Amino acid sequence: MPHRDVMHGSRAVAEAVRLCDVKVVAAYPITPQTHIVEDIAEMVANGELDAEYIMVESEHSAMSACIGASATGARSFTATASQGLALMHEVLWIASGLRLPIVMVNANRALSAPINIWNDQSDSIAERDSGWIQIYVETAQEALDSVIQAYRIAEDAEVLLPAMVCMDGFVLTHTVEPVEVPDREQVREYLPELRMPHTLDPENPVTMGSLGDPNYYMECRKQQELAMERALEVARRADEEFRRVFGRGYGVVEEYNMEDAEVVLVTMGSVAGTIKDTIDMLGDESVGLLRLRLFRPFPKEAVRRALANAKVVNVIEKDVSIGMGEGALMTELKSVLYGSDIKVLGTVAGLGGRDITTEHIRQAVERAQRALRGERVDEVAWAGLKEEAV
Amino acid sequence: MKVNIAACITEPGSSERNKTGGWRVFKPVVHQERCIDCGSCWIFCPEACISRKEGRYEVDLDFCKGCGICANECPTEAIEMVLEEK
Repeated sequence: MPHRDVMHGSRAVAEAVRLCDVKVVAAYPITPQTHIVEDIAEMVANGELDAEYIMVESEHSAMSACIGASATGARSFTATASQGLALMHEVLWIASGLRLPIVMVNANRALSAPINIWNDQSDSIAERDSGWIQIYVETAQEALDSVIQAYRIAEDAEVLLPAMVCMDGFVLTHTVEPVEVPDREQVREYLPELRMPHTLDPENPVTMGSLGDPNYYMECRKQQELAMERALEVARRADEEFRRVFGRGYGVVEEYNMEDAEVVLVTMGSVAGTIKDTIDMLGDESVGLLRLRLFRPFPKEAVRRALANAKVVNVIEKDVSIGMGEGALMTELKSVLYGSDIKVLGTVAGLGGRDITTEHIRQAVERAQRALRGERVDEVAWAGLKEEAV
Repeated sequence: MKVNIAACITEPGSSERNKTGGWRVFKPVVHQERCIDCGSCWIFCPEACISRKEGRYEVDLDFCKGCGICANECPTEAIEMVLEEK
């Protein structure tokens, strides 16, 4: 039976890993992710999860161990954050290039220097081109549900790509929320056993990680791109099916107060909660929120559809592409909306754990409204920046 | 020909069909009259492309990459590395 409990977001992720009958977990501790793999270690020690738990000497090794395990056909999991994800960088490409459906939770945290353990999303945004599916979640419940969905999407025969579930460090990992933990049998029904076209098996020898010389490398990359395109529809169906089985779903994008919205805030992750509250406080039907849950594959059509009646968009994001002067999501949104009359503004916010308040959201709305009235406004603003300290 | 997912090779030994001799700059030429049948070239060849046939050592030029280890190891200098000219 499903049961309701109050727990940290990190515990919710561990529960999902248990429910998915993950076979191999390779992990290295890093704040703010450590609770996740600690909880999983406890589950393995208590016999609640029948998995091989590999303690490794670095995140590079954690991902490498997951690659080896996944290549044998074993459902594999790891979790990391920030510098840990950065250290995995080169192996992330191997996991996706080998088309291994590993699922990883990234507890979003700022990158050094200066050293900072708090939340922003620069770490996973920096890995956007690594061939991993990326899902950004708003709540602990969504983190749990998204891990289950991530396996279903990643392991689909039409996809076979690794998936990263990104949850804001501390804001979600260390916050206690009521969470419904699904029934194990129901999860087994939703998530069939992993079947891969090729696995490492001494009875049927194959070569994985072979040379892809200039004659074939491009074809492999194109296959990955096509798989990523198919993942969009698979993700949509996986969420619909999830809703049917468990009674809740999220969509690949979430629309809030969008029916008559001319000004739309666009974001990813937990700050959507603050934005929804601000919209409620404003009580203004002309202000809506579009939350992207899926960042890779980028849900281009769903975004265009959702913004069909929007006039001005303000992208609130916890990352900045230094030298471009704006965040990656803003750049991508402009690309997706190219040729439309929608004005795109950006708000860089919450870097290194700086609080994003309802006042910052209000300012972002006001700037968009001024632009709507034809006033000149800054294209990009940094929310809560201490100008005098720069 | 469709490339397998992730370029996975499912047929053992299929690399034999991928002739790699074209990488070579110098090719080994065996001067049989100086060969004392010690087998050093056969032992040291990292590509296993030297074979002994009726007391003579022959190089499989489809796979020899011209590294010259055989010539270097030959105690009687019976193997000479000669520039490939095509």
